[in-house]
Amino acid sequence: MTLIGSLGIIVFFGLVTLAVKPVGLYLYNVFDGGRTWLDPILVPCERAIYKLGGVDPKREMRWTEYLFAMLAFNLVGFVLLYPVLRLQGALPLNPQHFSGVGAHVAWNTAVSFVTNTNWQAYGGESTLSYLSQMWLTVQQFLSPITGLAMVLAFIRGLTRKNASTLGNFWVDLTRAFLWIALPVAAVAALVLIALGTPQNFAPYTVAHTLQGAKQVLPQGPVASMTSIMQFGDNGGGYFNTNAGYPFETPNSASLMFQLILGFLVPVGLTYYFGKKAGDTRQGWTIFAAMMVLFAFGVFATYWAEAAGNPLVSHVLQHAVPNMTGKETRFGVAGSSLFETSTTAVSWGSTAAANDSFTPIGSLILLFNMMTGEVIIGAWGVGLLGMLAFAILAVFLAGLMVGRTPEYLGKKIQAYEVKMATLAMIVPTFVILGLAAWAVSTNGGLSGIFNPGPQGLSEVLYAFSSGVGNNGSAMGGLNAAAPFYTWTVGFAMLIGRFPMYIPALAIAGSLVKKQSVPPSIGTFPTNSWLFGLLLISTVVIVGALVFFPALALGPLAEQFAMSGGHLFGGVPK
Amino acid sequence: MSEMKKDRAVIHHLGTALRLGIVFTVIAGLIYPLVITGLGQLLFPAQANGSLIVRGGQVVGSALIGQSFTSPRYFQGRPSATGYSADASSASNLGPTNPALIADVKAALEGVLAENPGLTAAQVPADLVETSDSGVDPDISIQAALIQVPRVAAQNQLSQATVLALVKSQERGRFLGLFGSPYVNVLELNLKLQALVQAKGGQG
Repeated sequence: MTLIGSLGIIVFFGLVTLAVKPVGLYLYNVFDGGRTWLDPILVPCERAIYKLGGVDPKREMRWTEYLFAMLAFNLVGFVLLYPVLRLQGALPLNPQHFSGVGAHVAWNTAVSFVTNTNWQAYGGESTLSYLSQMWLTVQQFLSPITGLAMVLAFIRGLTRKNASTLGNFWVDLTRAFLWIALPVAAVAALVLIALGTPQNFAPYTVAHTLQGAKQVLPQGPVASMTSIMQFGDNGGGYFNTNAGYPFETPNSASLMFQLILGFLVPVGLTYYFGKKAGDTRQGWTIFAAMMVLFAFGVFATYWAEAAGNPLVSHVLQHAVPNMTGKETRFGVAGSSLFETSTTAVSWGSTAAANDSFTPIGSLILLFNMMTGEVIIGAWGVGLLGMLAFAILAVFLAGLMVGRTPEYLGKKIQAYEVKMATLAMIVPTFVILGLAAWAVSTNGGLSGIFNPGPQGLSEVLYAFSSGVGNNGSAMGGLNAAAPFYTWTVGFAMLIGRFPMYIPALAIAGSLVKKQSVPPSIGTFPTNSWLFGLLLISTVVIVGALVFFPALALGPLAEQFAMSGGHLFGGVPK
Repeated sequence: MSEMKKDRAVIHHLGTALRLGIVFTVIAGLIYPLVITGLGQLLFPAQANGSLIVRGGQVVGSALIGQSFTSPRYFQGRPSATGYSADASSASNLGPTNPALIADVKAALEGVLAENPGLTAAQVPADLVETSDSGVDPDISIQAALIQVPRVAAQNQLSQATVLALVKSQERGRFLGLFGSPYVNVLELNLKLQALVQAKGGQG
């Protein structure tokens, strides 16, 4: 670890913190009747879209109707995407003449992009036409705004009193698209081009290198995808090695810009939540709990990667950091910060090869995903998960002091706690169940790349990433093998849509309740004490259940590595 | 709500989902990338077309994409899992206790030591023996360039001071002095080197 590297990370934390309030206020203006300077252009567009879609913007929806509209919309997203991937060979904008994507991978990819996961069982530059990449980009707009709509409905459930409805899904969706996703993505795409990312429709360029070889340089609409890929916390990159590929992230300026983009909406939402709750300290408490967990992860990863692999240091006869699978221009600090962020904020694009991270580094990445993507998390769903943890935390606090738990003045009763618990148990069960299945069948085992405990980590990583809708991978695993296209596809679906049911059910139940004024027995949820309780709940409830699996994967790998043990036979 | 009314709401929402799905696809899938391409080509044409480097009317590479240098006359880049294939990028993905990782590092180190007589293992930085993420990492650390200076100077009949000055002129620092790691771009360094050699040849 270097002083400059650590200082850069701390400055980055500062920048993220500075963004919380302005972004939160902007969100408040967009969704709660305020004015924004974009209104003169966008209000007419909004009206036109309602007209085209047959939307009555005044219609309020109950939680079941809101859920149905969301599911219908995402189903349409799948239906519009899948055939384009299959038929790209016969469709325009395919200068490299790539043939259609196979059924397994096309299904996996369509699910992946509709669920905001962006798990990639394909290599973009070697298999996808420009049209396919543009169609994936559409889902990179639509899946984050769906997640955002979900948390808007949930927050209304918490803050409306004696009501029955949670808003209008189509209105939330349209405003999120027009006021947030589209304008920011457009400006960010131009910044990315200025920093070096290509944006064209030319065929790939054949270069004649200095040593007389031929090198095929990919081209295409890269910047327009990269901007929304980062801003929308999607993570599906244009290239196989994603943000590590120099066209996608040409320099550290671009890396830092993309990092900031990914944090904006999720952190702004914490402030928005506080503002809606009528007490911004409620939001700051959530934000602080997230940042403490995140900062711990960043520094643990940075420390481990900077300390390096003793087996390599032994060969080189001096202590070196772990540069395997890292790009020179980002260095160890930049790569560690990006990979920790990609798993915590759940965008999932990678600027380094996670399969070559040190075991402690991998452990942190796994921890960020296994806790349910609540350490900041993607648009809407991160905050949604954290609020579910908050409900559990007030319930646990209520048990400790022997009073009825309340959150924002709403009584938390058996129904809410059952639903919150369900939302936590199901993902855990799916991750561990699928991982156990994978390591006990030939189909699963044959896709593993690295020998020893690292192989188990690859499998755990794949299903944690799928269920958490993260999308990053330990790249050695053969994600295109039918076993993994189907199981990870299933994990992605389970991790997304069924999880909305308990979340919206809680909202639908809470919205009907009246608000109880705080009494002497109320546990304040805007204090550092609650923040600590929330962190403990995330760590104990969210992560402890994975401890045995982690002990067999990254922890065993760590002990083997520091003991000088190699797996898989004698070195060549 | 009667059953009939419910059915009508379901059909209505499905219709809205389809119509909005198409509207958003046209905006985000066609209009948006086309407008960005137009603006990008207008405002930043060099970057928008891949930062290509043209010499004598021929594209010799992209300033952002590393290429394979094996000749001792050139500065050499990092080991690549793909042999610097730009249209099928990949990392090695070797885990920390994989014997293949240690074997690769040993082989790379032996190559570096054999090509640069007088060098010891303790002087070799990690980036010169460990594979990158993209397989087309265009850069190496300053130390990785410095240890190649004696070899490159001797091979091109240049003084070490000249080559050292060349490396220094190509150093890129951290972004805002804080983010990333200092590096040199290998292709750009070698192009400058080639120009220097040609200029000297022309004079002599």
